[in-house]
Amino acid sequence: MIIDESTLSLIYLVVLMAFLGVELIGHVPSVLHTPLMSGANAIHGVVIIGSIIVMGIADDTLSMILGFLAVVLGTLNVVGGFVVTNRMLEMFRRKP
Amino acid sequence: MIDGVLPILYLLASVTFILGIKLLGSPKTARVGNLVAAGGMVVAIIGTIVLYRHNGEPLHNVTWILAALALGTAIGWVMAMRVKMTAMPQMVSFFNGMGGACAALISILEYKSAMTGGGGMSTGHGLATMAGLIIGGVSFSGSIVAYLKLEDRLSDIRFGGQQLVNNGLLLATLAVGAAMVVGTMSGISTLYILAAMALVFGILFVLPIGGADMPVVISLLNSFTGVAAACGGFLYDNMVMLIGGILVGSAGTILTVVMCNSMNRSLLNVLIGNFGGASAASSGGASGGTYREVSASDAAVMMSYAKQVVIVPGYGLAVAQAQHVCHQLEHELEGKGVTVKYAIHPVAGRMPGHMNVLLAEADVAYDKLVEMDEINAEFPTTDVVLVVGANDVVNPAAKTDPTSPIYGMPILDAELARQVIIMKRSMKAGYAGIDNELFYRPNAAMLFGDAKASLSALVNEVKQV
Repeated sequence: MIIDESTLSLIYLVVLMAFLGVELIGHVPSVLHTPLMSGANAIHGVVIIGSIIVMGIADDTLSMILGFLAVVLGTLNVVGGFVVTNRMLEMFRRKP
Repeated sequence: MIDGVLPILYLLASVTFILGIKLLGSPKTARVGNLVAAGGMVVAIIGTIVLYRHNGEPLHNVTWILAALALGTAIGWVMAMRVKMTAMPQMVSFFNGMGGACAALISILEYKSAMTGGGGMSTGHGLATMAGLIIGGVSFSGSIVAYLKLEDRLSDIRFGGQQLVNNGLLLATLAVGAAMVVGTMSGISTLYILAAMALVFGILFVLPIGGADMPVVISLLNSFTGVAAACGGFLYDNMVMLIGGILVGSAGTILTVVMCNSMNRSLLNVLIGNFGGASAASSGGASGGTYREVSASDAAVMMSYAKQVVIVPGYGLAVAQAQHVCHQLEHELEGKGVTVKYAIHPVAGRMPGHMNVLLAEADVAYDKLVEMDEINAEFPTTDVVLVVGANDVVNPAAKTDPTSPIYGMPILDAELARQVIIMKRSMKAGYAGIDNELFYRPNAAMLFGDAKASLSALVNEVKQV
């Protein structure tokens, strides 16, 4: 099996990020689990970048329609995710 | 020159995601963390639209992309602003499903263009495409089922041999996916069949799992979508997608495990979905016996003359939107010199931290919310425990009855208090579907009714004491 260098560096990245994710979450108080899940939910909305790219290189009608749909759904994930998380966290703010 | 800008923007966005998750881990910085990550996302999106080059050409259809962004922003914003705090878990699940669907669509389009281009796909490329399709598809349909269940529009469905059917379908889906990668199967129609198989599996996967376990499922599907997003990162050698996706994938997995641990159950046990099934029916008749009812005025007197009252909030409080009245009761009691604390079970409500979010909404002070291990030491010296719409988290069977489905789950030792008042709508069993012997203890009394109505009555009575 041949792995080229760029794929190899991607694999390195995946492994390191997996460890980083574990470290970041390890010591979070359970109070924050819901907002954290919601925030993480918004962050995987980064999938929208992929949908923008496929939409940008689509050249037939079906691809355009599916691409459009993908961008809309991805945006829902990003915008909905961050707004909901923000609303939850606003409630933790101490009153002045 | 311009080629180097986008990767730097992606790097910037990746750092904001890492920082965002880090900051979300502490109550003081969480809000900033969310905004930082959102800012990074905006940078990545605008950067992609303006600077991305495909074979040296800028992206086409920019008007349509902007239109889709505007449409998605409008719908997402309105939904997120209008949703009630009690409905947050299903909202998160819904948005998660959208991300999964997005990832699956990307895979379909990528495969389509590879087929029409005639070049086919390399193995690595094919692997990322099929994995994105299957994981994204499962995450989409599973999240929608979880959403419908939490909205109470769908009940648990179990049938004989369900695990066998599910496992069989999973294996078949993976086999077709693998055949597509190595090329023994190909064609766009096969891809659609594969997508359909993933969708059906997602539905069957979540259907048997009980409502009380939904948070675990949502968290798991959340990490699935993360991995699906990372597959997109492989497709386009796109670092920000890869980093964001894998971070959420691994963080989401850990969060899922932490949630299972706080219920003292294994992930496998949750997924097989036998919670409250057959064993619950058999243990149902075990207790029964007589219970005592208490009126709101008697309860008010007991609490007013107590030194310390501990309130145990549960899902009933959330459903009745009773957090504000609850805070009012706390205020009235404190006015009479009673110490009031809230005992927060890690899985009270429908999501870990659900109660904290709700009570924070009602301006309950952060330091009044006491976590399980700490408050358990205080129950023996507590005069009155007021259980508001919680059930399984105070069920002593978790400690005493090895045949109980919740045996081993850490619980709040409410029964050790001098007096326990349980607010419930009826004697119906809790979410796990099991009876609670606490209700029949001599130091327990029931106060029936909707949590909000009962709490308002209590507030009035306490004022008059």
